[in-house]
Amino acid sequence: MRHLPLRILLLFCAVLLVFNSCTKERKLPIYGNRDTKIVKHADGSSSIDTVYQTIPDFTFLNQDSVKINNNTFKNKVYVADFFFTSCPSICPIMHRNLKKVYEDFKGNPEVMFLSHTIDYKYDTPHILKKYAAKLGVDDKKWQFAYGKRNDIYTIAEKSYLVAVQEDSTEKGSYVHQGWLILIDKDRKMRGIYDGTDSKAVEKLGKDIPTLLAEYKK
Amino acid sequence: MRRYILSALVLLTITTMIYSCQSAEQIKQDMYFANGRDLYVKRCQNCHGQKAEGLANLIPPLTDARYLKKNKNKLACIIKNGLNEKIIVNNREFSEKMPAQSDLNDIDIAQIIVYLTNSNGSKQGMYNTEAVTADLKKCK
Ligand code: HEC
Repeated sequence: MRHLPLRILLLFCAVLLVFNSCTKERKLPIYGNRDTKIVKHADGSSSIDTVYQTIPDFTFLNQDSVKINNNTFKNKVYVADFFFTSCPSICPIMHRNLKKVYEDFKGNPEVMFLSHTIDYKYDTPHILKKYAAKLGVDDKKWQFAYGKRNDIYTIAEKSYLVAVQEDSTEKGSYVHQGWLILIDKDRKMRGIYDGTDSKAVEKLGKDIPTLLAEYKK
Repeated sequence: MRRYILSALVLLTITTMIYSCQSAEQIKQDMYFANGRDLYVKRCQNCHGQKAEGLANLIPPLTDARYLKKNKNKLACIIKNGLNEKIIVNNREFSEKMPAQSDLNDIDIAQIIVYLTNSNGSKQGMYNTEAVTADLKKCK
């Protein structure tokens, strides 16, 4: 008899848990550094708000030598990555995997792709154009970005949190990580996936609709 | 009678010899094939793909049995020194650059060739290290 309340409590918790997990809609996490700011309200009170890291303003040239910037991705969720066309190692795998996601969302104008080249010496827009055409993705949906070394390397490391560097000991002379980063319509980082792992990239494909659902209200 | 038995024995010995020779050769080929497959996964799969399907029009597939047969004596050079020319594979044109892999030994290359030419629709049999060494002397 003494144990009955405990059992009831446990049962209650279990029921609560089940219902909770059923009704609560899944939301993607928010990545990146965060800060707090004090918000002053009209009635004189104030509260503390979390400020999430966002992708800063940028301007690059795309594969058609046309300027692209944040407005190109306005009201879109997009997948960003860093690569170079003559990459002998992980890039072919990343783009083989990412192309499947691209095909899956071909009919969805809210989804875009942005690949930055880290080979600022060789990968000029015209080389990127050839690459895009041969990959079979040369349209507005998948943008290839060419920029000054510092602009690309800074946005990679400070904003998308992807390590990139030149390295004369590495074949092809650049080393970089194969992350695919999912960015929401508010420039926040909502997913980080290993582009060389087809399972991880499948998850990216599933997370995109979840992210888009947040805006359907 | 003794003659018959003797000749039957001789015949038997010879067939067994041929048979065991063949299977020793087969065992060697299977070993090359298995090692070649491992090397493929480590050194080629990132570009040419898990099913040797290539990547769109950037990287050619390795499933064109006719190409592999016609260019058999060039495969060693392609693998060791890379390739940078216009080629037609599966009726499609490719012209990107394949990097050299000069650290591969002749035996590695032979194993990769045995794997390539006995999978994905090809069935060309054994290719030994001596053949690779000879091929490499003739690279352009
Ligand atoms: C960095 C990417 C890359 C890697 C790694 C790579 N290849 Fe290639 N391979 C290519 C490209 C690109 C071509 C087409 C080159 C051209 O058009 O001149 C090619 C062409 C070939 C060809 C001739 C065309 C065909 O499809 O039959 C063969 C054979 C070949 N590769 C085998 C290999 C083997 C074996 C390995 C591993 C030891 C390997 N490759 C590693 C990119 C790569």
